[in-house]
This record gives sequence, structure tokens and C-alpha cells, in this order.
Amino acid sequence: MFAGTARRRWRLEPVTAIAYLLLLLGSAIMFFPFLWMMLSSLKDMREIFGFNFWPKHFTLANYREVLFDSDFPRWFFNSLVVALGTTASVLFFCSLVGYTLTRLRFPGREVVFILILSTLMIPTEMLVIPWFVMSTRYGWVNTFWGIGFPGLIPAFGVFLMRQFFETLPRDVFDAARVDGMNEFGLFWRIGMPLVRPALAALGIFAFIGNWNAFLWPLIISKSADMRTLPVGIALFSGEAGTQWNLIMAASALAIIPILIVFFIFQKQIIEGVALTGSKG
Amino acid sequence: MQSQIEQQGKRAAPRFRLTLATREILWAYGFLLLPLAFFLFLRIWPAVQSLRLSLFTWHLDPAQREFVGLDYYRAMLQDARLQRALQNTLLYTLIIVPSQLVLGMVIALLLQSIRRFRSLFRAIYFAPYITPAAAIAWVWGWMYSMNFGVINNLLIDWSIFWEKLGLPWLAIDPQPFLTDPGQALYAVAVVVVWQNLGFQVVIFLAGLQGIPRMFYEAARIDGANRWNLFRHITLPLMNSVMVFSVVISTIASLQLFDQVVNLNFTDQGGPLNSTLTIALYMYQEAFARFRLGYAAAVTVLLFALIMVVTLLQLRFFSRRVEY
Repeated sequence: MFAGTARRRWRLEPVTAIAYLLLLLGSAIMFFPFLWMMLSSLKDMREIFGFNFWPKHFTLANYREVLFDSDFPRWFFNSLVVALGTTASVLFFCSLVGYTLTRLRFPGREVVFILILSTLMIPTEMLVIPWFVMSTRYGWVNTFWGIGFPGLIPAFGVFLMRQFFETLPRDVFDAARVDGMNEFGLFWRIGMPLVRPALAALGIFAFIGNWNAFLWPLIISKSADMRTLPVGIALFSGEAGTQWNLIMAASALAIIPILIVFFIFQKQIIEGVALTGSKG
Repeated sequence: MQSQIEQQGKRAAPRFRLTLATREILWAYGFLLLPLAFFLFLRIWPAVQSLRLSLFTWHLDPAQREFVGLDYYRAMLQDARLQRALQNTLLYTLIIVPSQLVLGMVIALLLQSIRRFRSLFRAIYFAPYITPAAAIAWVWGWMYSMNFGVINNLLIDWSIFWEKLGLPWLAIDPQPFLTDPGQALYAVAVVVVWQNLGFQVVIFLAGLQGIPRMFYEAARIDGANRWNLFRHITLPLMNSVMVFSVVISTIASLQLFDQVVNLNFTDQGGPLNSTLTIALYMYQEAFARFRLGYAAAVTVLLFALIMVVTLLQLRFFSRRVEY
């Protein structure tokens, strides 16, 4: 609301100065846990129970131990496989369904859309027990497929891509159709390049969502070598005997890659969130 | 256009004997085959299955499950632990949703009012949202710790500072936070708000940017002050964005699990069930005690709760548009 009234002046108005001050204070609170985690992870076992803010002796020993003497790299790999696999599926299938629901005419189109949309209302908690029973029967427990299948085609992604395909002009598709391109070609070679911005946002969300997923991977992974990163970190204390210096290093290693991804794709992520809000 | 379709139809007709429309239908269902199978068998069928499981005793072999009707639902009425979980979940929601709404709105308005460093601030506020709750909860648990936590250390420094100045009534004693049944839920709620606030900020920022500037300019010419602008332009025009924010954060709060589990991993839901949520209770019943039938009934309760609360909110808020 202030922006509407703000004049383009070089002088710093008192109200603006207060805004900066409050924002600075807020971001200090938001950022402090990250800073504390980083600094704690660089302290040795003795110093971590001391109260000095800045480490007296910087050490990378915690990181060395987590990376070379624990299952951490394996968990990282598992998370990467699951997150990349599901993201690829999300991008392909959500677009394909979104395209089909907007560009093709067939009986039952509305029914299919409502059917998919209605699944948005089902909480994950209601699905995990039948999923677990199903996974036990078909041998999906402790497999990549078992960990990843719930995230393959999110209804929300279908909804988002449908909204996007709806905005595309018809003529582009008609022209290509005249050239004898089949429906899959139209989707893949004409449609997909045109919705690239939406794909970027959807892809990043799918990746982050599956990378951070906790409830289902906790249920479905049975052995230490099939844990994903969040599950591995959660169960870390048992194995390390609450060695806070190691836990802080492991947490930092789990969080930093995702923060780097975030800072690279910041614009797309935030536009994606904004899009959700305005479309909702 | 017409001739193009005819031309294409003629070309295709001898080979497939299919009209263009029929081919389009076949393509459509070909494309939808796998996704529809996914939604039917891995989403809708399991949801129905949950309803069914809640009516039978649990056994891995379906033939040996016994029908118990609504017994589990009746048992829920007597279950003190479940009722505690329900109370806690509602309390979490009552704390988290308004805090996120108000703080999200205030921060978005502040960000809107500045010109420099806006994207940097926005990134900092959003960063916690994308980090895994399991990892971040360890950091908060460590910060909350009674004897070694940085928060209590700051409280001690704060107290010493004021006592030296001769104002001991400003001193605050170290707090037990997560280990105290009276404080633990609030301590968890703070972490949840901290983690999800950035999402709300971005949603509100997008909403604010959608308000045409001329509205404000016109109102200012009429002599409106900042409060008038906020009350009569920003607030009403942000109504739909606020409804979205409230509905989304309510649904997430009612399903609270990750932070609760990880902030007190050795005593999940504790101390003394003070942080227990419905989602965590369901998880413990199903996967620690293997009472899957009962746990399924709990998930049906959760589903019903989410439905009812969401519908009530949509009904209540959609009426309150004032200009």
C-alpha cells in the first residue's frame, strides 16, 4: 500500500527508514538459525557446549566425519534419485494431462478434470496406510519406486499446467496440425516450448517438495541405506548418540544445496508461488 | 480452415477409417491412460480403502479381517490421547494461522514500501520455507536447549545487563521451552511460523502488486491518509488473497507432523503428549503399534476435520468483502 504513495525521491523518508529497520530486524531473526547452524558445525565437540558465538578453533572435522564415516552420502544420493525421478515425471505427465484437458476434445473431459481436482482434498495421512498395505503386498517397501510413487503426478501440477495451456493461442497448434504433425508432436514440439516458464516453476517445486518429503519416506524406508536425507537426518541422533557437532554439520550439508538451488532460481520460485496465490 | 480439416480427413480416412474427431478422442485417452491409472489406483482407491479399513480389524490377509462396523469410531470418543491430539492440533492452528496472516501481511507491506534490497530481503524471509524440516528442527532444538541453548544464553546476558543497570524486574529467567509441557507446543508453533512465513509473504506481495496504483492516487487526492488507504483499498482488495492464505495454512496446520516429530525426536509428541498432533497420533497407532484399522479411522476423522474447517472458512470469509 505504501508503494502506491511513495514518490520517487532520493531522500530517505522517516517511514521508509523505519520499514528498513524492521525488515532488517526481521531478517536477522529469520537468518539466525542458519548462521548458528553453520557456526556450530565448525566447532569441535568441546567448544560446542561453550557459549562463544564465533568458533575459537575452526574445524572441518565434523564435515569430514559426516561425509566419510556415515551413511550421509548414500542418503544424499537416494534423495537425489527420488527427487530427480519424480520431477521428470511431474514435468512430463502434468503437462501432458494439462495439454490434453485444454487442447483435445473428447467425451468425459470435464469428468476427468473434476476427478483429478477432487484428489486435492485428500490429505496424505489418509493415503499412507493403504499405500503401506499395497507396498507390502507388491514388494515396494524399501525401493526407490516405493519412496517416489506418491509424488509422480500431483493434482496441483495438473491444475497449474492446465491453466497455462489455456492461455496459448489456438492458431499455433492448428498451423502445425495442417503440416501433418500428430497430437504427440503438437504437445511435445509446439506446446512444451511455449510453457517453459511454468515448467521451470513446477519443476523446482516438485524437486523441493520431494527432496523435503518426510512422512511417507519415513514409513517406507526400512534399512539405513534406503533412507532419504530428511529421514536419515531425523534418525541421526540414535546412531551418533546426539553428537550435536555432527548433527549440525549433517543439517548444514542437507540444507546448503537446497539454499544454493533457491538462490539460483529465486526469481522462478517466487514467481511460481505468486502464481499459485493469484490462481487460487 | 474447413477445407484443411477435410483435406486431412481425406488423407487419413483410407488408412484408418477413423474420423478426425474419433482420432482426437483416441489420442486423448491414450495420453490420459497412465495418469488416470495413477489417480484412480494410487489416490482415489486408497482413500476409499482407508474408509474400508476403518470398519475392519487389521490383518495382513484381507480374508481374516473381521468387520467391526463403527466400533473404532466409537472407541475414538473414549480415547483421551486422541482427544489431546485433537485439542493440540486445533490450538496449533489457532496460533499458527493468525500469526502467519498478520506477520505475512506486515512484512509484505514493509517490503512493498521499500525500493532497495527488496529481492534480498524477500529471499531471506523465504529461505526457511524450502529447507527440510527434519534438518532445521535439529537446529531449533539445539537453540531451545535448557542448558546449552543459545536462546537461554541470550536471556541470561539480557538479565545480567538489566540487573547491572539496577532494573532487575526486566530480567527473564532461562526457560525450559521444549521440555516443559506448558511451553512445548508454543515453542513448536514458533518454529512452524518461522519456517512457513516466507510463503505467505510472497503470496501477499503478489496480491499487493495486483492492486492498481491509480486507486491509491485517487484516494490521496481525496485526502485519505495511510490508514484510510490501508483500510478501504488494500484490505478489501486483498480479501481473496487472504482467504487463500488462511485456507492453505489451515490445511497445513491441521496436518502438522514434520516439525513436531523432529523437535522432540526421542519423545515424539511429548513431553506428556503436550505437542502431539492428529497426524503424529495416526503415525504412532499405525506404524509403531500396528493398529492399522484404528489408525485408518483416525485419518478419516482428519479428512472430515479438514473438509469441515475449509468449507466453513470459505463460507465465512467470502461474505466479508467490504469496500
